[in-house]
This record gives sequence, C-alpha cells and structure tokens, in this order.
Amino acid sequence: MSLLSVTDLHVTLHTPRGPLPALRGVGFSVDRGQAVGLIGESGCGKSLTALAIMGLLPDGAALRGSIRLGGQELGALDEATLCRVRGRRIGMVFQEPMTALNPLHTVGRQIAESLRLHRGLSAAQARAESLRLLERVQLPQAARRLDAYPHQLSGGQRQRVVIAIALACGPELLIADEPTTALDVTTQREVLDLIGELVDADRMGLLLISHDLGVMADRVQRMLVMYAGSVVEAGPTAQVFRRMAHPYTQGLFAARPRLGLARGTRLATIPGRVPDLARLPAGCAFAPRCPLAQAGCREAAPAAVAVEADHQAACWRVDEQAAAVRAARGAA
Amino acid sequence: MTAPLLRVQGLGKRYRLPRERLLGPAPVIEALCDVGFELLPGRSLGIVGESGSGKSTLARLVMALEAPSSGKVWLDGQDLHALPPARLRRARATMQMVFQDPYGSLDPRRTVQQTVAEPLALLQGAGVAEQRERCTQALEEVGLGPADAAKYPHEFSGGQRQRIAIARALITRPRLIVADEPVSALDVSVRAQVLNLMQDLQDRHGLSYLFISHDLSVIDLVCDDVVVLQHGRIVESGPADRLFREPQHPYTRRLIEAVPGQRLGNG
Repeated sequence: MSLLSVTDLHVTLHTPRGPLPALRGVGFSVDRGQAVGLIGESGCGKSLTALAIMGLLPDGAALRGSIRLGGQELGALDEATLCRVRGRRIGMVFQEPMTALNPLHTVGRQIAESLRLHRGLSAAQARAESLRLLERVQLPQAARRLDAYPHQLSGGQRQRVVIAIALACGPELLIADEPTTALDVTTQREVLDLIGELVDADRMGLLLISHDLGVMADRVQRMLVMYAGSVVEAGPTAQVFRRMAHPYTQGLFAARPRLGLARGTRLATIPGRVPDLARLPAGCAFAPRCPLAQAGCREAAPAAVAVEADHQAACWRVDEQAAAVRAARGAA
Repeated sequence: MTAPLLRVQGLGKRYRLPRERLLGPAPVIEALCDVGFELLPGRSLGIVGESGSGKSTLARLVMALEAPSSGKVWLDGQDLHALPPARLRRARATMQMVFQDPYGSLDPRRTVQQTVAEPLALLQGAGVAEQRERCTQALEEVGLGPADAAKYPHEFSGGQRQRIAIARALITRPRLIVADEPVSALDVSVRAQVLNLMQDLQDRHGLSYLFISHDLSVIDLVCDDVVVLQHGRIVESGPADRLFREPQHPYTRRLIEAVPGQRLGNG
C-alpha cells in the first residue's frame, strides 16, 4: 500500500468572481522512500495540491475526492485530528524561509513549539531535541544558533531551520514546496542534497514541488507535470524526459535556457498564456497553446492514456505521436 | 577600435556597519573591491555570483544611484560620478534599469501610461502628446497594445509586467540597460518570451546589457562576456564561451557544477 494516495482530487475555490475549479481530478501516489515531483507553471495547482494534503485549504474551498495517508482518509477528519496528523505524520518545507519563520522568536523556540505540542516534551527535553535536529540538518554552530533569530541567519541556514521544524516529529511524508527557489545555485544544491539524505535515512516519502525541470531530473524518481489544475503527464522521471508525450512537457523542455546554447539563440516559446481557471476552454485546457491541436482537441477533454508501462499522458494525440516515434526509431 | 560604452575601473564600495561597542570603531564591510571591466556598444556583459557577492551594489554604482568609495565609472566617455547634477540627469537618459520583481517595481496606483512615460517626463519635460506617442511606441516594442496604456499593473500577468518595465526602460532610447535578475521571478515559458524579447530589442537598437543573474544558463544565452564576482572581487572574467567551457577559477567551477539538470542535455 502506498504511503500517500491521492485519487480524483477536485478543489474548487470560492472567489468574488465565482467558483474556481483549481484542481480537476488530480491523482497520484507516493511510496515510502520514494521522491515524487510536481512540476508546472504558476497557477497550475502544484501548491494547492500540497495545501489540500496538509488540510490547509483556504476558507470556503470545496474538496472532493480522496487523500489517504497510510490508509487513513484525511478528507473525513475533523480539525483536531487533522492537526495531529499534520503535525506528526506530515512535514512541510515552504518556499520562503523568511516568511515561514516567525521573526520575533528564536530558532530554538520555533523548533521546540511542535515538539512540545505534538510530542509532549518538557522545555528542557525540547531544547535538547531542537539542538539534535539542528545538528541533523547540518547547521553550522548549531548550539549557538538555538538562540539566534531568523534575521541573523542566511537564506540557506534559514531553510535548514525550516527543514528541522518539518522533521521535528519524525514525519512519514515530507512535502517541499519550491524549497530552493529563493536560494543561490550552490546553496540550492546543498539544501536539495540534505533533503535527499534525510528522506533516504528515514525512509520518508517526498513530494517535491518545483518549476525547474533540471531539479526534477536530478532529484525525483517519478514526476507529474501539471497544467491548469490537472496532471497532464506522469511517469518515471527518466522515461518522461525520454518520451515527453505531452506537448506541454515538450514546450516546457524547449523553453528552458541551458548551458552551452550559442549566444543569441532564441528559445522556443509556448504561445499565449496559462488559461484563466474561471474561463477554461472546452476540451483540452492546453489546446489553445498547443502546436498539435486539432478540432477534436477543442471538443472534449482527453483522459490519461498509457504511453508506456507506468507512464501516462492526457493528450488525444499520444498514439499518433507514439507511432511517429516508432517510425523515427525504425528509420534510424 | 570601438570605444567602450561603459568603462568601470578600480571600483570599490565600503559600507559602515552599526557600532558593536560604544567607543570602538564602527566595523566596515567591503561590498565591492577593485572591480574593472569594459562593455562595448551592442554587447552584453553578464555579472554572476551568489547573494552578497556585490552584484547589486555594482549595478547601483553603475547607475549612479550611489557614490563609490573608490574608482570610476565612465559612460560614453563621461566620468559619471564627477558630473554636475544637471549633466548627470541628462546622462541618465542613456542608461536605464530593469529590476527583478515585476510585482514590486511597478506602482499599483499609476496607469501603465504614467509609469512608462515617467522617465521621459522627468527628463526634458517632453509634451503630453509626445509622451503619449513615445509610450505607444515603447509598448509596441515589447509586444503590448496601445489599449494597455490606460490599464493598471494588477491587470497584467508577471511576464506582461516585466514587458511594461522594459517599455519604461526603453522610452528614453537608452544605450545601456542594467538588468538586475530580470527573469528570475518568471515562469519557464514566460522567461523564454522575455529573454527572446530582450535579444530582439538588442538587435534592433544596438543596446548594451549589463545583465546580472545567478542563473548561469541565462547568462550563457544572452551574454558575450562574463564577470564572476565573489565577496565583492572579480575572481574570473572572459568571453562566455570560454568561461563556461573551461572555467579556471575553482569558484566558477563550483557555480557551474551546481546548475541542476545538466544530464538533461540539450534535447
């Protein structure tokens, strides 16, 4: 049984402009010791998926579908039980460590807070445990840093503190939402290395959210590409990059600046922009921007079809593309 | 030989920190030390380095927003930091800046027309009709329509806001644009559009870019030459092709190795 399984998740947000279908049938699972990545552009629903799992959806959001953690249905829990699950079984690392931390409290106090709340430790025990956690996330001079305030730390150090807080109660699932977007490349690498080591050591499940295809390629075994609130492609990372069955995945890949491109090269762009969720087009949400779209694509939304074993894409034209790939391979 | 558009020599900036002890001397931090380079017309120079390496301090000194502690900045042969105020104001027309955050750098209470035309209005008191016409031109250059001039920033996406910021930079017909992390806050597909636009504008108008970024792949794409800063000092500089292919300094190598997704290749 998977550690986390999300099935046909729909989230509708209530806004002044009316209901907004922000997640439309998202499904995936994360096993213990497995790293799964969610990738897509702003507004595609990556962070909302994380918030739905954490039970932190904004007021008035309506959730339909199932989120099961170790067999327990989270959607059905009352707030008090959910709070216990959230604190003890799921840890979350946010994008902006400066806003995730309270500027008025010391680092030690912020880590101790969840230890005392969820594990019932005394103040002295919590302080000792906080120190152990700071050492575990390899914060230099951890003992001195217990009494430091967030502003006295660098961005990378703050993110280590946020990770220590996420680990405090020994979670089974770690959700990291763009954990390194605000960091330098070298610090980004160190923080992602650290998260990887911790996930391996504790056999946690990791849900890593990023907009960076390079980070996905390096860090997760399985990836899901999201567009306009749906998963458009999902599969083992290497396979997704090899096949790139969905035109949106292909577009993201081509638009990526990468080392070694000749000076002055123009990048391939995806025309248009992400659709307004309140006014989604009929049929495939990507059709208005898709180079392969045909009349049929604008009539009905495609269901996920198998590309290869364990690899799906929601595109009407997957089969034709597969035929073209086979033909090209045969010719080569 | 072409004369450089921008020449920076021995540039340094020290900031005084708050006193730690009542009677002790205030500690001084050296944000930039002995930085020098040249930028030719129509070329792009990339500045890379981690946070705290002095990239943004360098941008502020080049834009004459702050005075250096040592060294000089020449723009088109004029020593910027020695110019009298009136001439500095005129020199500012030839250099403009584009910032990282397209949400924070536009005033939410002003229309696009007001924001884009402002540098022109400040400069030589151009008439309203001329301002309007130049604004329409500038918006057209960045792919926005005349109808967008009357709108407010919140009506635009991040990528469109960055286009507005670029239109504002273009309106004085500058020769140098200092771009401080101009695409870091943008999504992949939008980033590609803005990078293409910046390169098209360079080809069309012969602009020079001083391009600051922590993203080495962006720098490699748009820059002819690169300067690598660490702790306020240049540790390596040279043509982008050579620097990225055969980095000499261990720090440069470390930065290049940390770029994610290198196994993806160029597909």
